[in-house]
Amino acid sequence: MTLSDLIDRHESGELLDEFAKREIRRATLAAVAIPGYQVPFGSREMPVARGWGSGGLQITLAVTHDDDTVKVIDQGDDDGVNAVNLRRLVTSSTGADETTTASEATVTQSRHRIPEDGLDESSILVLQVPVPEPLRGVERDMRELARMHAEADYSRMWVSLYEDKVRNGVITQTTGYPCLVNERYVVATTPIPRWDIPRLHDAPFLTLFGAGREKRIYAIPPYTIVEPLTFEDVPFEVEDSDGARCSLCGKSESFLVSLPNSTTWLCSDTDWCARQRGSR
Amino acid sequence: MNDTFTERRYDIARLAIPEWLLKVERLGKVYGPYDDEIIASTGSERDTAKSSINGSVVAAWDVSFEVAPGEALGIVGESGSGKTTVLRCLAGDFTPSTGSATIRLGSDDVNIFDVEPAQRRRLRVDTVSVVYQDPSEGLKMNVTAGGNIAEPLTAAGWRNFSKIRARASDLLARTEVPLNRMDDLVRAFSGGMRQRVQIAKALANSPSVVLFDEPTTGLDASVAAGVLDLIRSLLEEHRIAAVVVSHDFSVIEMLTSRCLVMHHGRIVESALTDQLLEDPHHPYTQRLVAAARA
Repeated sequence: MTLSDLIDRHESGELLDEFAKREIRRATLAAVAIPGYQVPFGSREMPVARGWGSGGLQITLAVTHDDDTVKVIDQGDDDGVNAVNLRRLVTSSTGADETTTASEATVTQSRHRIPEDGLDESSILVLQVPVPEPLRGVERDMRELARMHAEADYSRMWVSLYEDKVRNGVITQTTGYPCLVNERYVVATTPIPRWDIPRLHDAPFLTLFGAGREKRIYAIPPYTIVEPLTFEDVPFEVEDSDGARCSLCGKSESFLVSLPNSTTWLCSDTDWCARQRGSR
Repeated sequence: MNDTFTERRYDIARLAIPEWLLKVERLGKVYGPYDDEIIASTGSERDTAKSSINGSVVAAWDVSFEVAPGEALGIVGESGSGKTTVLRCLAGDFTPSTGSATIRLGSDDVNIFDVEPAQRRRLRVDTVSVVYQDPSEGLKMNVTAGGNIAEPLTAAGWRNFSKIRARASDLLARTEVPLNRMDDLVRAFSGGMRQRVQIAKALANSPSVVLFDEPTTGLDASVAAGVLDLIRSLLEEHRIAAVVVSHDFSVIEMLTSRCLVMHHGRIVESALTDQLLEDPHHPYTQRLVAAARA
């Protein structure tokens, strides 16, 4: 595509102009080429505040065409206010279709979850990232952080896991668990629960991480090795709801969340839950 | 000053070395531009480290020595004499202006001034350790004693929690840190105990070279004596090549068999430690020893 083509399409009324899309796609391609490496990009102003999914939104707008089908979830829920508004924003800007069914979506934007099923080689998962730097908790100096990533010097991360285990008897980090991608870079897995971590390993779908406030994009390409950082003798464990079942669909094999101040459990993924009820 | 006699004694000191493990040759560190004339305008005889020609500071120049396994070499001198500069160049904290420092790794000789920064840091993990005067430089204050030792271990590839715990408690026991303090933050420790934790951390990966920068200067006399005893027994036990920098002759006397005297960035005298203390030759050394004995 030449510059003049881009200028012709510039006045299209879309949220992102073609120049911005091109820059974001280039950053995204670099991110796919170096799995787990955080690529800087020129984060644009979006009609949502930074910290409300502007990074994910920019990636979604840049990779979505009018023949795509878009699904947006918030905490696994297609019907949350945030999810509905972002979905409308994306479809009205790109002309794409919308869906709540994971297997129909070609692009799925999410903050807290990976859909329980339905993602395959034709799917792109876009995750909204609040803090892209996994080492932020152990080091604040940006140059030192860059050096640690460049030399794969993650000993301070291991020390923080050691300290967590010593202080609490278990490793307490529940969401955004640090993972080693492609045996090279440690990434922050954004606030997805531990439940979803094993599902990133060797996944058939492409996962793109966008941090709008911090202006970073990183990626886990399909069929990439993703290993949660854990000691050899301290096995990585996912959340256990102790035999609880969803009070709507009665299933126990999905990620369950409890209603506040009650013992009632529900599937976090509302689309998956609805399909279980439909097939019963 | 009797130059020939100093030279001869230097040779005796060299004869005492069986086989070097660390060899420093013509190490120099200059702040600012320099040439032969500027270097010549500084030093012990000129009584300044700062050149009157262009204001460059010659912090260390033409520093050469060798250290054998199981041996401790002392570097003594007053504040500003360049001894800490030499140590920090060896530690990798400062980049030297000239010279080489060779470490014998198995059958390979590696000039540590020559290697890539990443490899340099790697050497700091498992080959060259440093014990700083201020424990907060060598330790993370908001991390437990065990966690501080876990850092070099995980950097060297340890991934087993129980083995890391066992190694850390073993090291802390040997440096006489009570094991019931292992899971307390270093911030909560006394100065002497912090220094013991720092020594335990420095020994984590069984380094072949340990650099001590004024290891007991911040401690009161009784605590310092305990730490010195500890360092001496560890050096003997592990066959470590050690460089001990101090302005305090009692530290040098207790830990080292040979020592160098530095003044305005230059080595002015080099001898066996007991000889040097009994019979100092260079006027500056005489002044230092007299001051220490007073």
